[in-house]
Amino acid sequence: MAMRKSGLSRRDFVRDAGGLLIGFSLVDTAVVPRLFAQAGGGPLAAPSPKRLDAWLRIGSDGGVRVFTGKLEIGMGVDTALTQIVAEELDLAPGRVTLVLGDTGSTTDQGGVGGSTSISLGSRPLRNVAATARAALVQLASRRLGVPVDQLQVADGIVSAKNDPTKRVSYGELASAGLDDAAGDVLKVSGAGFALNVEGTAKTKDPKTYTVVGTSLPRVDMAPKILGQFEYITDVRVPGMLHGRVVRPAGVGATFVSLDDTEARKIAGYVKTVVEKDFVGVVAETEWAAIKASKAITVTWTAPVQAFPEQKDLYAHMRSAAPKATRETAKVGDVAATIARGAKKIDARYDVPFQSHATMGPGCAVADVHMDGVTTVWSGGQKPHALQKGFAQLLGVPANMVRVVWMQDAGSYGRPGFEDAAADAVLLSKAAGKPVRVQWMRADMTAWGTKGPACVFDLSASLDAAGNVSAVQFTSRAFSGGEIMYLPDTAGNYLGAQLTGVKNTSGVDEFAEWGGAAPPYTFPNLLAVAHVVPGFHDVASPLRSTHLRDPEGPATSFAVESFIDELAAAAGVDPLELRLKHIDEPRAKNALTVAAEKFGWDKRVSPKRNATGDVVTGRGIALGTRNGTYVGTIAEVQVNRKTGEVKITRLVCSHDCGLIINPDALKSTIAANLVQSLGRTTKEEVLFDRSNVTSVDWSTYRVARASDVPPVVDIVLINRPDLPPGGAGEPSSRPTAAAIANAVFDATGARVRKIPLTPENVKAALATA
Amino acid sequence: MARTALKINGRQHVVDVDPDCPLLYVLRDTLALNNPRFGCGLGQCGACTVLIDNRAIRSCTLPASRAVGREIVTIEGLATAGRPHPVQRAFIDEQAFQCGYCLNGWVLTAKALLDKTPQPTERQVVSACQSLICRCGSHTRIFAAIQRASKDMSKRA
Repeated sequence: MAMRKSGLSRRDFVRDAGGLLIGFSLVDTAVVPRLFAQAGGGPLAAPSPKRLDAWLRIGSDGGVRVFTGKLEIGMGVDTALTQIVAEELDLAPGRVTLVLGDTGSTTDQGGVGGSTSISLGSRPLRNVAATARAALVQLASRRLGVPVDQLQVADGIVSAKNDPTKRVSYGELASAGLDDAAGDVLKVSGAGFALNVEGTAKTKDPKTYTVVGTSLPRVDMAPKILGQFEYITDVRVPGMLHGRVVRPAGVGATFVSLDDTEARKIAGYVKTVVEKDFVGVVAETEWAAIKASKAITVTWTAPVQAFPEQKDLYAHMRSAAPKATRETAKVGDVAATIARGAKKIDARYDVPFQSHATMGPGCAVADVHMDGVTTVWSGGQKPHALQKGFAQLLGVPANMVRVVWMQDAGSYGRPGFEDAAADAVLLSKAAGKPVRVQWMRADMTAWGTKGPACVFDLSASLDAAGNVSAVQFTSRAFSGGEIMYLPDTAGNYLGAQLTGVKNTSGVDEFAEWGGAAPPYTFPNLLAVAHVVPGFHDVASPLRSTHLRDPEGPATSFAVESFIDELAAAAGVDPLELRLKHIDEPRAKNALTVAAEKFGWDKRVSPKRNATGDVVTGRGIALGTRNGTYVGTIAEVQVNRKTGEVKITRLVCSHDCGLIINPDALKSTIAANLVQSLGRTTKEEVLFDRSNVTSVDWSTYRVARASDVPPVVDIVLINRPDLPPGGAGEPSSRPTAAAIANAVFDATGARVRKIPLTPENVKAALATA
Repeated sequence: MARTALKINGRQHVVDVDPDCPLLYVLRDTLALNNPRFGCGLGQCGACTVLIDNRAIRSCTLPASRAVGREIVTIEGLATAGRPHPVQRAFIDEQAFQCGYCLNGWVLTAKALLDKTPQPTERQVVSACQSLICRCGSHTRIFAAIQRASKDMSKRA
């Protein structure tokens, strides 16, 4: 398992170009080296998804190389895809390597997003592998003179069932050529995430799987821990310089003048770059670039006071005229039912801006050639969209730009890796050399994109019998697509905006009942979602976009807290109320499985008669996302004096259909739980009237060792009869409400404001 | 610029660097030792951790000149004769990370901890790791790996 999936070494490609790896057909046997700067050259042909060899090639050693537009951003997707391909090919997983996200050699599968890499992205790979296997077996049949139905395959060796000495390997078959497989043999449907291809061969019956469903160690894990893995930060190309950016003094501040006298004295200083309000510096070494960026004095106009005081954010959101409105559910007559209800419940929930704050600030290398092919290495999770966006930024056709994805630190959506890459493009163009940019911490945390702040107003009524008779849901959120999550236009990037390019591709994305939170049913229901206009059109540090499951965790927090409030008002156990109002059997099952694991004691919240400063409680919440169902139960200790919440146990049941790799799935869920508990109890982007003031790990706080519950129980629900669903995000949805509901159970105080800091908890306790 | 002699992973290197230059950039930029990673440049996260005289140190804030005459070990140098260090082995066995960008901090802090405290309590593990960040949230696996390494190493001792 010593193969590197993402950063293929230079040697691999030299071998490749030397012809040791032989393709299915005659075309394109050599992949353009991943780590070579491209000087000049003509337009690049995009691989055609109709061709088998666009997806899969077999070497003379029998190793199979798979080319996919999907990526690996930390959750083990490349391992799962390896298993799926190996399964269909009857090949040991160790003989499969993946080439991920290179616009020069992989098809456009939309990159990564929406927890769809397995559910949608694996389909063409599975079909291609099955088609390739069938073609190889056909060829073996001719070679061995044995009918296809009397052949068997084990680890890439095709042999006669009744005479295993009659055998031939995939490698031998591929070396001899495979005319049948050349040409446009695949039927293409869909595009982006939904791109699929189908051959004539049938895929395996999941009942017969021997590789899919096993806990294969992740292909990237040992290389990473042994220090043999190449991240985006490790890309070096000949002649490469280092760049750093200098951002404006605040939102709306424009460039007046610059004094780089001191920077010029720094050994290794190369150039200061100014293009309108975009300022950067290029130097021979990273340290010289950092020093020079600090030595430059830029005079800016006074920033605009574009943001409200932080304490007024939620009031602003509730009073601002919506930019767009969408009704997502309307059943019965909510207003009339609530008006005649026996009991009325109202609640408002507030969720702040949050930051991707990736472990490594965005990093990229760009090698711009206005007279040839530009190459950009980036960790952005949609490389084919970046290809279009960078081409637009440079004013060249898309086929003159190649984007090579390399793994960066996490990603969690559209974090700003894209903007860092655009900065590298601008600096490389100005310097005429390849330039590597890595942002400083504040460039990432303060100036990176943000997950949108959201507020929710919910109302409901109970009838005389105590049943929930009506629910009204209203959300107001900054758009999850103010910065379009498909970064395929120049105006998408911060650096480009600073040079004067307008952001024209933003979309209205809502915090929706049903889509972003469980679709409970009530006899009367009205759900309306509004998008609140952004604060500033150009280069705002509070520009909003996708952050791990766009509006899901926020909306689920509001809805799942409110369901708990309804249960308390109705005097019903919160699990029981959920089961009553959700139809989907898999959702119900996820809840009951979690409850069994936890040892749920059926009763009404809050707990009565708790004494002492430190009290305990438990809370449950449901998460649903595109056919994945998650039940999470939190057990907490709350210090009523200090407002401190300690999470002592988390139980999470997880049903995402067929499981590809149970251990990797568990690990991803466990990490989702910890990340989301940090988002619940700590994370909040701080800002003043013109700037984000969360600039580092002390001003943007995330989960740390002491926050991790001593017990985390994950229960996987496998469904081999169903197709695989998504797992990258769903388990981050219910965490916040499970914790807030547990705090309520413990104290009787309802915390409706994220994060559940001691201050916010104390404020809730004071009004309980 | 000053000629600076550094002993890294058992080998002497003489580099010509700005005396203020943090060790991190010398390791990465000058010597192409890629594993210590830039996370914050402020000593707040641990992604740049190296062992110096067997203590876990943040290389992003330590001037290279202050590492002269000391034993510097990076993840690259943790294995002996091609065999993973038992701490690395345990992290691999627990499949401890998601993206793994932070792992230098966790693995090397674990090694320094276990050398001093071979059988740490849960509280000691948390306290040793409190100043590290893992943005993906891999903590539960990381703690399991540290406990596994502790067991494995005490068996061998």
